[in-house]
Amino acid sequence: MVSKFLLVAQREYLTRVRKKAFIVLTLAVPLLLAGFGFFIVKIASSDNDSTDVVEVRDDSGLNLTSRLVGTSQLRFESTTESLANAKKGFQKAKHDGLLYLPAGLDVEKPAGVQFYGKGNISLKKQLAVETALNKAFSELKMQKSGLSQEQLDRLRSKVSLQTISLDDTGKEADSNALATSGMAYVLALAIYMFIFIYGVQIMRGVGEEKSSRIMEVMLSSVKPFDLMMGKIVGIAAVGLTQFLLWGLLSFGVSSLLMPILMRDDKPKTEVAATPTPAPGTSATAAANDEPQSAAEGFDRGISKQTEQSNPAGRFNIFKTLGDLPLGTILFGFIVYFLGGYLLYGALFGAVGAAVDDQTDTQQFMFPITMPLILSYVVGVSVILRNPDGPVAFWMSMIPLTSPIAMVIRLPFGVPAWQLALSIGLLILGFIGTVWVAARIYRVGVLMYGKKVTYKELGKWMFYKG
Amino acid sequence: MKPILEAIDVHKAYANHVALSGVSLEIPEGSIFGLLGPNGAGKTSLIRIITQITGADEGEIRFRGERLNPSHIAQIGYLPEERGLYKKMKVGEQLLYLARLRGLSRADATARIKQWLSRFEIKEWANKNVEDLSKGMQQKVQFIATVLHEPKLIILDEPFSGFDPINANLIKDEILDLRKQGATIIFSTHRMESVEELCDNIALINRSRKVLDGPIGVIRDQFKTNTYEVEGRGKLMVVHPDFEVVEQSERENGHFYARVQLHAGVRPNDLLRYLITNVEVEAFREQIPSINEIFIRRVRETMPETLVEETA
Repeated sequence: MVSKFLLVAQREYLTRVRKKAFIVLTLAVPLLLAGFGFFIVKIASSDNDSTDVVEVRDDSGLNLTSRLVGTSQLRFESTTESLANAKKGFQKAKHDGLLYLPAGLDVEKPAGVQFYGKGNISLKKQLAVETALNKAFSELKMQKSGLSQEQLDRLRSKVSLQTISLDDTGKEADSNALATSGMAYVLALAIYMFIFIYGVQIMRGVGEEKSSRIMEVMLSSVKPFDLMMGKIVGIAAVGLTQFLLWGLLSFGVSSLLMPILMRDDKPKTEVAATPTPAPGTSATAAANDEPQSAAEGFDRGISKQTEQSNPAGRFNIFKTLGDLPLGTILFGFIVYFLGGYLLYGALFGAVGAAVDDQTDTQQFMFPITMPLILSYVVGVSVILRNPDGPVAFWMSMIPLTSPIAMVIRLPFGVPAWQLALSIGLLILGFIGTVWVAARIYRVGVLMYGKKVTYKELGKWMFYKG
Repeated sequence: MKPILEAIDVHKAYANHVALSGVSLEIPEGSIFGLLGPNGAGKTSLIRIITQITGADEGEIRFRGERLNPSHIAQIGYLPEERGLYKKMKVGEQLLYLARLRGLSRADATARIKQWLSRFEIKEWANKNVEDLSKGMQQKVQFIATVLHEPKLIILDEPFSGFDPINANLIKDEILDLRKQGATIIFSTHRMESVEELCDNIALINRSRKVLDGPIGVIRDQFKTNTYEVEGRGKLMVVHPDFEVVEQSERENGHFYARVQLHAGVRPNDLLRYLITNVEVEAFREQIPSINEIFIRRVRETMPETLVEETA
């Protein structure tokens, strides 16, 4: 005879997987994701294409224009028009900004520099212009202090930060913060979404059994604990199926779309990747050409490392991913994914059992969703920035927050004892919550027409079988 | 007949009230047993203990002499008062699921489902979702789910509430048929008149206590008052050494209706002989107390303090 627990789990799984909504959602999400990805790539590449052009009217007599160094997205062009004329023609002109350097500008105390933009001037644009100006001024000052142009060029060389994390063993590991945090973020999001989506399904399922009045029939055949756990496990299987299908389909769709995307993308990125050495396009002096390109290359490397057009960036990410403790991450992810889901699933089940209709769930939902939301929000902000700090430590120990908090920490490396302690606590927490949930469930499922309070729930814990 | 189920001094208390205090019962195998009493008397609590949904605080339940345990679940069929079905599930699948939870193999269950569905003339609905069925059809499905695994003991809690009259009769016939095949049936209801004619044995429960139980005939005899109803023409003498006219009312055209109680040792034939010589007898029958009357009398005798609220 098949165990009743398995029969329950099987029913929960099959009835859900066969629903139209499940099939539609499973098919639609990868397509949406692919479409979304396509959209982002489009936006990103179109953003590359447009290089902002800033006209510079230089009345300072300091020949600053030639010292203003642009980036791949910002180019300075000198204009001979007077400020008034330039302003007049500004709305019709093709350029995006107008920089005015007034006469008698003091190198030591530059004041009165004005920047006109079309519409609102974005912070990014403003920052870029400011940075260029600052550089120009410091160069000017350095030159005044007697440095030659050659020396200046040499000074301009950029330092590329290579971040290296030193672990306890003293082994150096190339750590690319972007890839590490990216991974942490994705793992945390997966757990967060999984718990939320399928936890609520557990709650609804229990509510449905209650409101359709089948509960008592079920309980005369199945123990409440088997019924609850069967539902939780069955729904977990639904979720895993959905995630797996999403993964496979997304992979399939993107491997179909990628060639199209790449073909579409390549010429454009090449344009973007070729900076501005063409004559006349830049007001920068030819002497600055080389270091500037180098600088630009670096800039791009930082800002667009995730793009496929940058082979070096891609290589870095894969290299970093390879250097991460993948085995530990995978192990930890599975443990926290399942542990977190089971823990929260039991609680969601208990809420479903405690209330009569769905509108009453709010008061009991709050204490459950709060630690979940908290661990996610704090996780992607505080913990991601400081994965070894006290907040990260404590949140990765408390069973209600550890599934998300610890998974965020995992890619950064977590001491073995902390991992062991956290998993131990999670298992204890899981047993504890399931015990509590099963008691609430057992009493609640047969309780109709009663508005349940927390006090009441407390009493239920100590009811005898 | 030996009992299929025994309850021995069962106690059950909830946080705020006592549901059962010292209830003992014996349910003979192959009988139809009425578990009767007003709402809130403790009937459903007792049933939930028998179906192992909850446990007794004290006391013991024995199924065929064995202490009740999970292996008995497959031999019990239960139709609760709060009955429902998974709305989004197909009729056939749902029955299969419930039957397998009761320990039936897939093949056995499938064959029996087919049989029952055609018997109840809802075969063509097997692949429809439960929510598409009319209420009457859902009731049939619920009943099938209760008896599909051929339980030895079938417990029906308020079986006829919510059933339409046609289905109620259908179910009654099926129940009698099941008993013929050897099943034992427990009816639990507060509407005592609805099961009177079906039950072989009854137990009356009031305020968590059993007030009376036994074979229904014996109980009736016990509560007979030796009173006879007489209808006829003429006029009945009011005072007589052998009997007392408890009530007499005149109807049109010189007809009358009377209730006559015999004194101890007087037999009905003595009364009849007197009646034949003095009036024109049109009807003569013994007044048999209804279960409801017995219940009220019994409660009045044993726990008069509760009756005030009960009738209020």
